[in-house]
Amino acid sequence: MILDRYATDPALGDFYCEMLNDPAGAPVRARLAALSIEALHGRAAAAEAELYNLGITFTVYSDKDAIDRILPFDVIPRVLSAADWRQIETGVIQRVRALNLLLADLYHERKILRDGVLPADLVLGHAQFRPIMQDLDLPHGTYVTVCGTDIIRDDAGGFLVLEDNARTPSGVSYVIENRHMMQRAFPDLLRGIALRPVDHYGPQLRAALREIAPPEALDPSVVLLSPGSYNSAFFEHVFLAREMGVPLVEGRDLTVENDRVFMRTTGGLARVDVIYRRINDEFLDPEVFRADSALGVPGLMRAYRAGNVGLANAVGTGVADDKAMYAYMPRIIRYYLGQDQILPNVETHLCREAEGLAYTLDHLAELVVKPVGEAGGYGITIGPRASRAELAACRAQLLADPANYISQPCISLSVAPTLVDGEVVPRHVDFRPFAVTGAKTWVLPGGLTRVALRQGSLIVNSSQGGGSKDTWVLE
Amino acid sequence: MSDILLARYADALIWLARYVERVENLARILDVNETFARNTEGGQDWAPIVQLHSDEAAFAARHREATAETVLAFYVTDATNPSSIVSAVRAARENARMLRPLISTEMWVQLNMFHNRLSALSAADLAPGRLSPLFSEIKLACQTHTGITEGTFYRDQAWFFYQLGRYLERADQTTRLLDMKYHVLLPDPRDLGSPVDAGQWNVLLRSAAGYHAFRRIHATGMTPAQVAGFLLLNRRFPRSVYLCVREAEMLLSELRARYGLRGGTGAAEQLDGLRGLLSAVTIDEILVRGLHEFLDMIQLRLNLAAEDLAVGFFGYSAASPSAPSVPAQ
Repeated sequence: MILDRYATDPALGDFYCEMLNDPAGAPVRARLAALSIEALHGRAAAAEAELYNLGITFTVYSDKDAIDRILPFDVIPRVLSAADWRQIETGVIQRVRALNLLLADLYHERKILRDGVLPADLVLGHAQFRPIMQDLDLPHGTYVTVCGTDIIRDDAGGFLVLEDNARTPSGVSYVIENRHMMQRAFPDLLRGIALRPVDHYGPQLRAALREIAPPEALDPSVVLLSPGSYNSAFFEHVFLAREMGVPLVEGRDLTVENDRVFMRTTGGLARVDVIYRRINDEFLDPEVFRADSALGVPGLMRAYRAGNVGLANAVGTGVADDKAMYAYMPRIIRYYLGQDQILPNVETHLCREAEGLAYTLDHLAELVVKPVGEAGGYGITIGPRASRAELAACRAQLLADPANYISQPCISLSVAPTLVDGEVVPRHVDFRPFAVTGAKTWVLPGGLTRVALRQGSLIVNSSQGGGSKDTWVLE
Repeated sequence: MSDILLARYADALIWLARYVERVENLARILDVNETFARNTEGGQDWAPIVQLHSDEAAFAARHREATAETVLAFYVTDATNPSSIVSAVRAARENARMLRPLISTEMWVQLNMFHNRLSALSAADLAPGRLSPLFSEIKLACQTHTGITEGTFYRDQAWFFYQLGRYLERADQTTRLLDMKYHVLLPDPRDLGSPVDAGQWNVLLRSAAGYHAFRRIHATGMTPAQVAGFLLLNRRFPRSVYLCVREAEMLLSELRARYGLRGGTGAAEQLDGLRGLLSAVTIDEILVRGLHEFLDMIQLRLNLAAEDLAVGFFGYSAASPSAPSVPAQ
């Protein structure tokens, strides 16, 4: 019933629908058929009220009056088959391996530059390249402990990687909270469907963090370093600290003495061996990076360089995950692993290269142009949707600073049935699985499905009006 | 993690408890003033509530006259007044938000809902007929918080700091209440010990939820000395200054012993001294020496104890950075 009207919605167009086109959706389709739209709506309202009471909110910087907003939760789940999951899982593990090998190389011998696979200036001139990391050996060569890989599906249903997030990817708390919400609001929807569980992320992350501790720490003490309770992701920091059972600290709780890190407790100073930091490199240590940072810990980098503390993710991973480096990922994977990509890239034109720029300028109205350094969906121009003035502005920016941009064809993101204003309508979705790496890589069987709640919108970021769905990976 | 506690969290725990305790007390004071003080001389006097909180200047900056409307708006819904109920609940929630890794989800959810509810209050909610139910609701929310905390909060160091905050604040609030009411009701010290209008002393006792308990030990009659003695020195009444100081002292001493903490020596000495004093002195001796001076001395020593906790455990002596407003001193 609920999906009958949806299936004939003209807005579905030629998009790949996660629910109708994917056989994995069958059991959920059958169960949804038994629900009325009113019942669905009623339960959605109850779930939203629960989120509000739980205070599961994020901060929107552009929205001064609404400091706490709920990340909208859509009650219709997105389902992935076991076979699709295998491709995602192996593809993500492959990418994380390549990223870690790349970073270890870039911060040691730089063979990949000498062999001409990557242009040296792209790496060495990169704002996120951190010379202070040179020749520092990390346990297991793990630079990227937590990786979030943004994946979309084209209109043939094929998976494509949109970007790798190797700095401080967020969103995993929603994966777990959404599942809990689903279990409370729709126990009948879940009944009889064998799902991979998502609630062991905390212990897995804690184990990985302990694996990257300095080898002499016998029982490593782990903390989560947050910018504080006004940060947009504070809820997630709290969530992860609780799931791991480790202290949630701020910079002011930590101090460095004799190149060792301690936290201030009621009983005095207590040693810290591993820091899962949710603060960007620039703010970590005012002695080395931004001197005006009040969020960081003076001396932290001394302790890190001395091998007395583990940091996750490592400093300097930002050089590997930006949109320019992304274009080289197929070559990077081939170079280090001798393999083809299990999860392919979207075709990408580098405007730093003459032919890439020329192609982009010639096809501006068909392409998506993205600044390489921005996150959160800011600064993107979507050619087919842009006005003449926006295209002209984009062209001017491209010519002024070509190396700052890449372009990609406009991919038709897949859609999923989504409850909006009391109706079930198609909305675009993407997917971010989370990989955790200590000695080896583990991928949480699930992930964050983000949904663009505005009709036709392709931008799913929470800061730009996106919501999220529970993602079911079938056994 | 179970055997250590971040200093910043210990501080926030004390403040969380203090703010909730403060909200409950403020709701009690406003409620009894609204409900029971009406029949004294046909009208209500709202100015003492402003004096009680040393808010004369802040109040005068906003309102010309201390009427029921202005004082209630100032102390219930005015988000720009740091001593208002809505501000204190907000401060409690901000501390709880920082403490989310430590406190139970149920504690957080209830405080969050309480905060959401109070933030939605408008002037219409302060209309005469709606006030008493509103104050009951606020008191109930505070007591719900206390109950949820008792039933769900893990009993490690964090619990001790939380409880310390609660008892220190409650002791302080009772001395303030007594100080204000005593002098308003009985401005002339020569009237000490004389029987007075029972209605007014009802108000005082009911502010502290102590009327029925008082009647258990004083079945008939009610003198100012008896009421003051009850609120200051009673061994079993949960809001008496003596009981609060005794609880705080026991909590601190157990905390330090069990977790081997070296800080808080000065606070322990203050509380030990206070308890000794309160168990030895009689209400008549206090009244002879001057009740106001005695209450001042207790407040001063409670402040010194809190100050020493801050220095000894949190590493600073200034007001808490996690507390948007400092207590009215």
